[in-house]
Amino acid sequence: MSQVFAYIAHKDGVADDTALELVVAAKKIYPDAQVTAIVTGSGSELDAVCNDVASTYNEVWKIDKAELSYPNAEVIRGMLVGLLPNDAVVILPHNTFGMDLGPGLSIKLDSAFVADVVDIESIDGSVLNMVRQEYSGQVSTHVFCDIAAGAVINARAGSFPADESKSASGTVIDKTSEAVVGEPLRKYLETVVAEVGDVDITKSDILVSVGRGIEDEDNLEIAQELAEAMGADVACSRPIVDSKWLEKSRQVGTSGQTVKPKVYMACGISGSFQHLGGIKGSPFIVAINKNPKAPIFQVAEVGIIADILEFIPELTDKINEMK
Amino acid sequence: MEILVCVKRVPDTAENEIEVNSDGTDISRDDLVYSVNEWDNYAVEEAIQIRDNVGGSVTVVSVGDEESEEVLRREMAMGADNGILLSDDAFIGSDGKGIATILKAEIEKGKYDLIMTGAQADDGAAQVSGMLAAMLDLPYASLVNKVEVIDDAKLKIGREVEGGNMEMNEITLPCVLSIQTGINEPRYVGIRGIRKVASVEIPAHGASDIGIAPELVGESGACVKRKDYFVPELGEGAEILEGSTEEIVDKLIELLKAKGGIK
Repeated sequence: MSQVFAYIAHKDGVADDTALELVVAAKKIYPDAQVTAIVTGSGSELDAVCNDVASTYNEVWKIDKAELSYPNAEVIRGMLVGLLPNDAVVILPHNTFGMDLGPGLSIKLDSAFVADVVDIESIDGSVLNMVRQEYSGQVSTHVFCDIAAGAVINARAGSFPADESKSASGTVIDKTSEAVVGEPLRKYLETVVAEVGDVDITKSDILVSVGRGIEDEDNLEIAQELAEAMGADVACSRPIVDSKWLEKSRQVGTSGQTVKPKVYMACGISGSFQHLGGIKGSPFIVAINKNPKAPIFQVAEVGIIADILEFIPELTDKINEMK
Repeated sequence: MEILVCVKRVPDTAENEIEVNSDGTDISRDDLVYSVNEWDNYAVEEAIQIRDNVGGSVTVVSVGDEESEEVLRREMAMGADNGILLSDDAFIGSDGKGIATILKAEIEKGKYDLIMTGAQADDGAAQVSGMLAAMLDLPYASLVNKVEVIDDAKLKIGREVEGGNMEMNEITLPCVLSIQTGINEPRYVGIRGIRKVASVEIPAHGASDIGIAPELVGESGACVKRKDYFVPELGEGAEILEGSTEEIVDKLIELLKAKGGIK
């Protein structure tokens, strides 16, 4: 059995939610796994995270260096290669950091890589059976991978339940002296914080959110009219911002805003996991989409299979009529 | 600057409903509309803009069958200077590492300052570019949504990170970048543009041309194997409202009112 490691993402001295999920993913690989958490960073914030994580993991590797104060995957990759056994099974969160680190780490460890895993179903000998999604979540696949020689597995945030038990009393082991940090060819400079737009959709109770199904910039008007009739604000999914039809501050998703409305009208939005990752607080989700296979119907309370360009104006007219 | 962009021909998810075929071995490929992977199109546009600013050339490369040639031609109609098709029966069934191995072999035959890919493709793995960078021992940045050329040795790049924030980095050339959508507005390609490059020859390289042992790639070399396709049953899902549009509208308004969705 390979040793299993989980990389703990953290910010401002607080471990990311995925810290509680990766341990569950690890135990789906080997139910008896003694999982080691790897926590890199510097100073008192790092100590706080290590102490917190020790209540979930049996062992915590602390690596404390000034160069690690910002998690630069290019720095961390080289360091991990020097630190990990060759047959290590490493679980990373499939976020913007894990996507930056994982593929290259697997090459340097000469091990297998499996991206964006949403479930781990079984293990037969050392062949692991996992579930992934393809085509923007429209279909799922089982993938098999022999992990005997090691593996890097990126687990999707929110796919594995969180272990909130805090029942471990793990040992924090300081690995700093063994960790070698090289001079990176990619240097972190700064983080530019997203601009605040004219409307703060994170504060809205009702959102009319539009996606690719709106087809044309001129059609945005029908969403604005519906929002006005409902007393809602207009939000959108990524393709609308990519097309520069609405400001970035209106985008819902992991790479945009996290919203927590009471009612969320998803209009012509397929419902990628990145988009759904930005909807919190279990709102009442209404999905309107002409593709009955769209993943948004799996998470919505109410679905309407229709072309939004035809349906929305009818809905708006009726709401206005009633006023 | 000599730029290489890796592109892939994929079923267009905006144009198709993707369904599993009858025995679950693949998606149903009848009547699928294919196009260039959306992310790759942004990468090619970015490459063209960089070349137009600082000089050099843009080469597009794809691992695939003869039909991938049309994708290369489309990107050349956008403005890429050269196309290379990497095609061999031995490549079929490659996993991400296999694709990266094939691309690496081609890249080492040339001399490129900047290698770009789309951030992800149809399988949503976002893996080939990071693997490629590690195999080539080049610095890497994923999810790039801003590129600024500082000089012929360095770029300043922005990575899109959580919350819509941008992580700024300085990266040394040569390097590998994976490009996120929204970085630019890819130019429109018209029929005339396609016609212009219709007769340009696109060389096709097989395993022996680029010196790859066939057993390292393709299905035999894959350590991650897809066993089947399926559509998961995820609880109840949405209650689908049925009836005439008028009936649906009435029902929906009732529900919205009950949930506080109409102020």
